Amino acid sequence: MNPMLNLWLIPVLPLAGAAINGFLGKRSSRTAVTTIALFFSGAALAMGLWVALRFSSLTLPYQEYFAHWIRSGSFSVDFAFYLDQLSLVMLLVVTGVGFLIHVYSVGYMWDDPSYYRFFSYLNLFMFFMLTLVLAGNYLMMFIGWEGVGLASYLLIGFWFTKDSAASAGKKAFIVNRIGDFGFLIALFLLIKHFGSLNFDQVFQSINPLRAETASAGLLTAIGILLMVGACGKSAQIPLYIWLPDAMEGPTPVSALIHAATMVTAGVYMVSRSHVIFERAPMALTVVAIIGTLTAFFAATIGIAQTDIKKVLAYSTVSQLGYMFMACGVGAFSAGIFHLMTHAFFKGLLFLAAGSVIHAVGGEQDMRKMGGLKSYIPWTFLTMGIATLAISGIPPLAGFWSKDEILWKAYQVSWIYWLIGLITAFLTSFYMFRLLYMTFFGDYRGVQVDAHGHGSHGHGEHGQAEPHESPMVMLAPLMILALLSLVGGLMGIGNHFEHFLAPVFGTGETVEAASRVTEFLLLGVSVIVAVSGWWLAYWLYCARPELPQKIADSLGGFYEAVVHKYYVDEFYAAVFVRPLIDGSTRILWQDVDRKVIDAAVNNAGAGARHLSDEVRHMQSGNIRSYAGWIAAGSAVVIGFMIWMGVR
Amino acid sequence: MVPLSYYLVLSGFLFACGVAGFLIKRNIITIFMSIELMLNGVNLSFVAFAAHWHALSGQVFVFFVMVVAAAEAAVGLAIIIAVYRTRETLNVDQVNLLKL
Repeated sequence: MNPMLNLWLIPVLPLAGAAINGFLGKRSSRTAVTTIALFFSGAALAMGLWVALRFSSLTLPYQEYFAHWIRSGSFSVDFAFYLDQLSLVMLLVVTGVGFLIHVYSVGYMWDDPSYYRFFSYLNLFMFFMLTLVLAGNYLMMFIGWEGVGLASYLLIGFWFTKDSAASAGKKAFIVNRIGDFGFLIALFLLIKHFGSLNFDQVFQSINPLRAETASAGLLTAIGILLMVGACGKSAQIPLYIWLPDAMEGPTPVSALIHAATMVTAGVYMVSRSHVIFERAPMALTVVAIIGTLTAFFAATIGIAQTDIKKVLAYSTVSQLGYMFMACGVGAFSAGIFHLMTHAFFKGLLFLAAGSVIHAVGGEQDMRKMGGLKSYIPWTFLTMGIATLAISGIPPLAGFWSKDEILWKAYQVSWIYWLIGLITAFLTSFYMFRLLYMTFFGDYRGVQVDAHGHGSHGHGEHGQAEPHESPMVMLAPLMILALLSLVGGLMGIGNHFEHFLAPVFGTGETVEAASRVTEFLLLGVSVIVAVSGWWLAYWLYCARPELPQKIADSLGGFYEAVVHKYYVDEFYAAVFVRPLIDGSTRILWQDVDRKVIDAAVNNAGAGARHLSDEVRHMQSGNIRSYAGWIAAGSAVVIGFMIWMGVR
Repeated sequence: MVPLSYYLVLSGFLFACGVAGFLIKRNIITIFMSIELMLNGVNLSFVAFAAHWHALSGQVFVFFVMVVAAAEAAVGLAIIIAVYRTRETLNVDQVNLLKL
């Protein structure tokens, strides 16, 4: 018998913080807002750690029933929580990284006039994200799923007076709706065929089913629909377009929501549903192909971006692709491992980028940076560690997780491995390009920046010289840097995989012969990572005039990459414009105005015309009245005679 | 013996003539006479039914109708004379206002 853990408190604590700051924050001081926001997100972290400490004494999966929700015949959905190794990893990542980013935001957002609103939204996000990872059934998960979408929308459009931010928020929300549509249909299919949404019941009824190897069936359909949902939330092809635009939000938001936690919800959901996917090989192949393509495609776009946050955004899309590639080849624990290390180093990269942007007064264009390493040494150091980690230089976190994925992918098909390897090279290249463009060479920014780029509304933009961020921002950077340094070590000897084995089942033991192959592949990926580094060094540090020449010689292709392969323009032409035109011309001007409005108007006008006609009967002329009476009685008599004859 | 339907058809014909005259004619006297014609058409059907069923109530009713019609004729003719004196016409179309 398990002790009562009161898991429901973990999401509800940040909700309380969001409510207090949302309702009372406007009238409280910044210190009070900070105290409340940090206390409640810190309390969630503390509870998460407390649960982790008691974890070994629990019989898993630990389930907690909180309250009734829906009861209809034999179908029931409750407010219930579910804790196993997978949710524990997610819980610790979300509360841990979440709390660090809360701390960082205190420094980053201090001068913003809507300080309380920011923290209220941030706590709200924590509530929904924790609901998502601790949910005991798909519907609870869906609450969290939609809730983080809402929080994401609110935070992307945080500076809503800026037109681009407002429309980026809308874009994120609408693109996510497409994915949620697939997710919802998958849920309906589950209800129809398995009569339940609770994780344990659904998986129990699916477990005895045979894999749909011969032909695609129900499980394949559910799997692919779930993947549609994951594509939306986790920014995979073809729904990745919202994530780069989401960089309009404040940088801590990009770090927390659009790098470390929310966008990984899709990976978590697919891993949580691994029972379904394992029995639907075709759905798994779809996941793997989408992941691999996204990883490669986004990495190529990342190469030519000049906005520091856009590079990181495409990098996030690419890394999420890796995670889906892992899930697609059945290596769910490798995907979750990369999810965790990615949360560390990508969160760190975004926070460091925020520190850079803060230092240069709101500038995001890397072409106007350069030589910052002497101005902001701490930021440089931490960002350097994160860059090494994401590029897969041993022994940092990214090396272990990425190599795990590549190795598992190689066991399924060398094509996945090869594309993954090329992507690793591109990753290393664009990350070191970012590092060299930002921190090395000479400072290319405007030295005297009278009153900065107020559009970002944060920081003191008036500094003439780049300045290091305050300690409250540097401390989270250092902690995350430490995690990026050592976070991968738990992957040694497959500790992480063994920890997750009760959830995903044990992987096959690797034979001695393939051990050799594994180390060979490991060596190849290290060489690839280092060569990406070297190329970036050569192009952006040693010979800085070369990139422009290469770009010129590539001509149209380079243009296409800079414009993100014109995917946004393509979607605009194929989906958005016809939708707007169709709505305007057909739905608004034809259906709405000519059918619905016309029906209402004509009903009124018709009644007026009819009464206008009938009005003339009331003439006051006695003889016309007599005529009507006579005609009426004639009709009545005629009717009676006709009835009599019949 | 003459069947009942003959009387009823005649009665209906008289009533219809009365209605037609009432609706078509302009002269007040003629309209007045048309009303008398309708009354008498109805009277005829009363009498016919009374004879057919050997019941006296129908005949008694006819007497009442005659008394009322006589009184009505007296009042109506007086009104018509008054109208003619003031308007110098008996055309109903020109007598559609109560005030002068």
